[in-house]
Amino acid sequence: MVQEKIIELLAEATDTDAAEITADTAFADLGIDSLDLTEMAMQLEEEFGVEIEMKPEINTVGKLTEVVEALRG
Amino acid sequence: MSFRIIGTGMHVPSKVVTNDDLAQIVDTNDEWISKRVGVRERRFSEEEFASEMGLKAAQNALANAGVKAEEIDAIFAATVSGETSSPSMSCMIQNGLGVSCMAMDVSAACSAFLFLLETAAAFFALHKEFRKILVVGTERMSGILDFNDRSTCVIFGDGAGAAVLERGENYLDSVVTVKGGDTVIKIPHGNGNSPYFKREQDSPYIHMQGQETFKYAVNAISQDITALLERNHLTMDDIAWIVPHQANKRIIDFAAKRLGVSQEKFFCNIEKYGNTSSASVPIALDELARSGNLKRGDKIILCAFGGGLSNAACLIEW
Repeated sequence: MVQEKIIELLAEATDTDAAEITADTAFADLGIDSLDLTEMAMQLEEEFGVEIEMKPEINTVGKLTEVVEALRG
Repeated sequence: MSFRIIGTGMHVPSKVVTNDDLAQIVDTNDEWISKRVGVRERRFSEEEFASEMGLKAAQNALANAGVKAEEIDAIFAATVSGETSSPSMSCMIQNGLGVSCMAMDVSAACSAFLFLLETAAAFFALHKEFRKILVVGTERMSGILDFNDRSTCVIFGDGAGAAVLERGENYLDSVVTVKGGDTVIKIPHGNGNSPYFKREQDSPYIHMQGQETFKYAVNAISQDITALLERNHLTMDDIAWIVPHQANKRIIDFAAKRLGVSQEKFFCNIEKYGNTSSASVPIALDELARSGNLKRGDKIILCAFGGGLSNAACLIEW
C-alpha cells in the first residue's frame, strides 16, 4: 500500500508510466530533486500519519517504503 | 482600531542579473533555476545600500498615498542586510526623509513585513494620537550571499518595498508564529577581531537547509491561511488575492495545491526579483496594487515565513 502510493506520486510528479517504477527505482534516475522528494514526503506524511526525515541514503522507492512502513509500526 | 493601507511603493536597483549571468559565476543554468526556483532574473545593487533603496521605496509610497513625510508619526523598518547595525534602518530612512518622529526596526527576516504591520497595529492602539505610520522592508541581499554557493545565491535579489498606513479598520486579523532555532535558516554576523574570543563562527552569509525550509514554509502558509479563513468564517472565494513572501515558486505552488486553491490566486513576481526577504511582500503588494487588479473592498491575505523561524499572515480589506 505504501509502495503503491509512492509509485503513484512519483508517476504523477515525473509524468512516468507507473508500471516502469519498481522498488529498485532510484529517485535520481527519475530526474527528481530534493524538493520533489520533500513534496512527496509531505504527501506521504499526510496520507499515512507519520513524520518522515528525508536523508540522502533514502534514495530508492524500496528504501522509502521501508522507512514509511517502519514509522507506521 | 487598526489601520488601512493608503499607499505603497517599491524600489529596485537598475542592474538586472539573469540566470545566464549567474551561470558565468557558479555551476548552474537558466533551465534549472527557472524550473526549480521560479526566478528568471533579479536585481543586484551596484551603488545603493539598503537604506538608500528603502528611502526611495518610502518616498514612492508617500507619493502614492499623497502624504508628506512630515505627516508620519512613526517609521518601522526591517532588514537583514542593512549597511549598519546602528543607526537602525528606520533611523537611516527617517534621516533621508528629513523628518523627526519615532523610528525603530523590527527583526523577523523574511517574515518581517508582516511583523511591521502587526507592530503598527499595536502602536495605533497604544498611541491614540498616531494617524499615519510608514513601514519599510529593504534588502541588499547580495551583500550577504555566498556567490560560491549555487544553492542560495541564485534565489535572492535586492530591493525595497514600503507602505503608508493610516488609522482605520482594515487590518482585520493576523496570526504570528515564532519557533526559535538556527538550524534551518541562519545569517551569522562577522566574527570581529577580538583577541579574546576563542570560538569559530559560520561564515557571514545566508545558510539555509533547502528541504527543511521548504517543508516549514509550505506548512506555515497552509496553516496560517487556513486559520485566518476559519476564524473569520471565510472561504477562499471571499479572498481576492493571496500575496505571499516570494521565496520560491515551488513553495507557493505546493502550498496552493495543499490548500486546494488555484495558483492564480497567489500573486507572484519572483521571476523578476527573486527572494528579496523583508522587501518581497511590499514589492509584490505594490505591483499588485498598481496593476489595477486590486479594488477597494477586496479582501486579501498577506503571508510570509523565514528565519527565526518566524511566520505570519494577515487578513486585510483593501
